[in-house]
Amino acid sequence: MDRNMTGKTVQSAPGGKLLEVKDLRVSFFTPAGEVKAVGGISYDLDHGEVMGIVGESGSGKSQEAYSIMGLLQSPGKVVGGSITFEGRDVLAFSEEEMTQFRGSEVAMIFQNPMTCLNPVYTVGDQLIEALKAHDKSISREAAAKRAMEMLELVGINNVRKRMKQYPHEFSGGMRQRVMIAMGLICHPKLLIADEPTTALDVTIQAQILELMKDLQKKTRMGIIFITHNLGVVAEICDKVSVMYAGRIVEQGPVDDIFYRPGHPYTMGLLRSMPRVDAESYERLIPIEGTPVDMLDPPEGCPFAPRCEKCMKICLKRMPPYVELGDGHRAACWLRVEDQIGQKREEDGIHG
Amino acid sequence: MAEDKILLEVKDLKKYFPVKGVKGPGVQAVEGVSLFIRKGETLGLVGESGCGKTTLGRTILRLHEPTSGKIVYDGTTIFEGEDPWQRDGDGHMTKRRVPKPKSVDMLPYRRKMQIIFQDPSASLDPRMTVGEIIGEALDIHKLYGSKAERADRIRELLAMVGLNTEHANRYPHEFSGGQQQRVGIARALAVKPEFIVCDEPISALDVSIQSQVVNMLEDMQEELGLTYLFIAHDLSVVRHISDRIGVMYLGSLVELAESYELNRHPLHPYTKTLLSAVPVPDPEVSRRRQRIVLEGDIPSPMDPPHGCRFHTRCPYATELCGREAPAFREVEPGHWAACHLLNK
Repeated sequence: MDRNMTGKTVQSAPGGKLLEVKDLRVSFFTPAGEVKAVGGISYDLDHGEVMGIVGESGSGKSQEAYSIMGLLQSPGKVVGGSITFEGRDVLAFSEEEMTQFRGSEVAMIFQNPMTCLNPVYTVGDQLIEALKAHDKSISREAAAKRAMEMLELVGINNVRKRMKQYPHEFSGGMRQRVMIAMGLICHPKLLIADEPTTALDVTIQAQILELMKDLQKKTRMGIIFITHNLGVVAEICDKVSVMYAGRIVEQGPVDDIFYRPGHPYTMGLLRSMPRVDAESYERLIPIEGTPVDMLDPPEGCPFAPRCEKCMKICLKRMPPYVELGDGHRAACWLRVEDQIGQKREEDGIHG
Repeated sequence: MAEDKILLEVKDLKKYFPVKGVKGPGVQAVEGVSLFIRKGETLGLVGESGCGKTTLGRTILRLHEPTSGKIVYDGTTIFEGEDPWQRDGDGHMTKRRVPKPKSVDMLPYRRKMQIIFQDPSASLDPRMTVGEIIGEALDIHKLYGSKAERADRIRELLAMVGLNTEHANRYPHEFSGGQQQRVGIARALAVKPEFIVCDEPISALDVSIQSQVVNMLEDMQEELGLTYLFIAHDLSVVRHISDRIGVMYLGSLVELAESYELNRHPLHPYTKTLLSAVPVPDPEVSRRRQRIVLEGDIPSPMDPPHGCRFHTRCPYATELCGREAPAFREVEPGHWAACHLLNK
């Protein structure tokens, strides 16, 4: 049992996973046809674990997270699969249960804090409102005290004055801190961070990442960190899911993904990024082609048209997941081939 | 690649934007920048948002009229003006009368100096076809003899940036972000420029597309002998593409060096912080390395700190730093920096 920042003990379900997502499918029913934004993804997250979801724009990484929060916007709909939070079926929640669940058990922070904070209310009012929404019995004074504690926790000085200020009086980095304070004020067990540092400068990004790492250690909450920046993933995540065209093409522990990638898309991403600590000039190796048109996805593996190792079967059938190590799997026909080859070799030795 | 010949030289360049209702110079976006770019070279410019790197790029092209300073392009002075703002001992600024700045007609220089913008969807006219966008540049500078020649040139440019020649009849919204940026590059190349300001040309693009565009810019440079001023906030990309890098903070250059030298031996505390803040896609390295985390935010360029502009956030600042601005000087051969700590 860990103590979190205000001394409340964190309850963890005995033996259970914090979050289990199974074969989740999300579609958008647009006039131009059905867009399968998320096409059957599965993963689980333990208490205190940080998972990164990496993908390009349009890969479905945000939509997947919105469906956990029940925040999918019309015409988006969960069309299949299950989301289980500490043994409870999230998709079966009533409107009221969902409202309780949101904020108190799962919180979300977004890329652009300015669009999430209300410009006509003071920061203090908004923090107090978040608290009171989940705990009707709390007095305004007690709520204000908690709000100030939270602001201090996320590294904002002069809190008494800051509580009375409006969002526009905060800088970008400070606003993101306010967002984090608001997200954490009800002690959620899961925090979904949707590109929380993308809009920030590198030095501010470094501050926010340090803050999130620190808070995560203190509170032992689970974090789903959605980003397209592999550097940020390497820094903060325990495990990673790589998404492409609505599917998880590879997932595994962070070291496996970076040092032993199994999917050509993951390999391509890693190869195409210049590194600030590179010792000499090396020409970048880009992934050729353009991202998938989700209205008209290719048959078979969605990455096949851009894959330099594409085989005939890749264009026809979706590859199954192949286990590559403890919790490390990739959906690629090449890995299926490796496996068959390996098996043949073994059979050859024994036979 | 780079020759010894200096193509562009900037001396003590300043750009202030007056603010309504505020006395004094207003926003001091670029504050006394001096640099030179050799022919065929790529000079990278990094810094956080609001540090004036984009304004500097545009002021060099005179898309913003400079407040004062000197710009020399290929031996010709295209702007020279005296600073109307005088600073007294305590940093107070007063305006005085100065002679009208000397400048030249930019039209012939627009042909030689071009720019690629950050957001391709915002910099292409949605009501013009790609062919018209590229052709407009040819029209203005009268770069063709006949209609057929014009059409050929447009097709040639599209092929050069990796687009289909049929794309000439399409509108910008029909392209993806990466393709739009290719159109932006074709437009810049249409007039056969020598010098291109690349203003964050890849930050609006997806990760897998960024490297495609970076490689293309490198190929163009090789083929056409271009000189780049490459502006970006992503230090890893700038380090990759640049021969030399300048680091800006709050309108001024704090350090400038050959790009690998800057990475190995950063001299200025701000450069060190910036380098340590860039996330590295390598879990081992991120676990191992020590990070310098800066306190606070960038001060407002409307009221920059007196003395060294970085002293309010610098972990090593002394009393001298708050009093006097350090000179930007060549500390080691080819390695410039502005910091009092380096003068000991």
